[in-house]
Amino acid sequence: MSAKIKVGIVQFPGTNCEYDTQHAFDALGCETVILWHKEDAIPDGTDLVVVAGGFSYGDYLRSGAIAKMSPIMKALKLYANNGGKVLGICNGFQVLTETGLLPGALKRNEGLHFISRHHHLKVISNDNTFLRHCEANEVVNIPIAHHDGNYYIDAQGLKELYANHQVLLQYTDEKGNIDNPNGSIDSIAGICNVNKNVFGLMPHPERAMESLLGSNDGRRMLEGFLSA
Amino acid sequence: MKAIVNVFLKNGVLDSQGKAVLHALSGHGFQSVRDVRVGKQIIIELDESDSATAKEKVAHMCEELLANTVIEDYEIEIIS
Repeated sequence: MSAKIKVGIVQFPGTNCEYDTQHAFDALGCETVILWHKEDAIPDGTDLVVVAGGFSYGDYLRSGAIAKMSPIMKALKLYANNGGKVLGICNGFQVLTETGLLPGALKRNEGLHFISRHHHLKVISNDNTFLRHCEANEVVNIPIAHHDGNYYIDAQGLKELYANHQVLLQYTDEKGNIDNPNGSIDSIAGICNVNKNVFGLMPHPERAMESLLGSNDGRRMLEGFLSA
Repeated sequence: MKAIVNVFLKNGVLDSQGKAVLHALSGHGFQSVRDVRVGKQIIIELDESDSATAKEKVAHMCEELLANTVIEDYEIEIIS
């Protein structure tokens, strides 16, 4: 039996999905630790850092903007630039785009409402750690809960995302037809960086771990991180 | 020295809040309103005596934090 996968979960003032995320990775047999935003180093031997959902520093100015100035994010940038794996969920995705670890930006939802419900997503690129256990074009059912989930990138950036297989997920209906809840460009729900070690998505896979609670499709996504 | 920073979504980036305000104004009978853009104003007091230096520092602040230049433009006005 190989050593347990070590997962660090970042906690800012306002984060509220860190314990759900910890529960999810504990259920998958990982060793988990919460990383407070004032810590200035990622622990040695960490296999994955998750920037969890919720809020950060009141999300004043812009969602995730203040968080990018925190000590843990300086450490996380270094970790990611050395090839460390990073997953940003919801507010974590916003923090990663603000930090520049992922391209583009997340704007206010087009309809201006906070949206909280299950949504179907289509898997676009699965040639990466995160979605390797999912099939391309497979439709999964994952909860979304956000106010600023409207993904934006300029035309050139969008072209590059597709060319490099960086578009991970699109919002669709259960049949896989585009169903865009928030105005995201091309209905994009999640992306990764060029090197495919930094992943970000607005939906919450950690809330889709038990079929009793509506869906366990998130389990297969997070399981992608289980072996190195 | 005081700096006034205005941050707006770039032209070409849909301003949903501006659109909502536009519809509300039209609905209230303000028929002459053609377009509305919603931005934010940040007022900074700083210990600088030279306005060029102040402007340079505030521009750096905008690039680092105050604006997200992927989607936003900023304007700086220095008031001594």
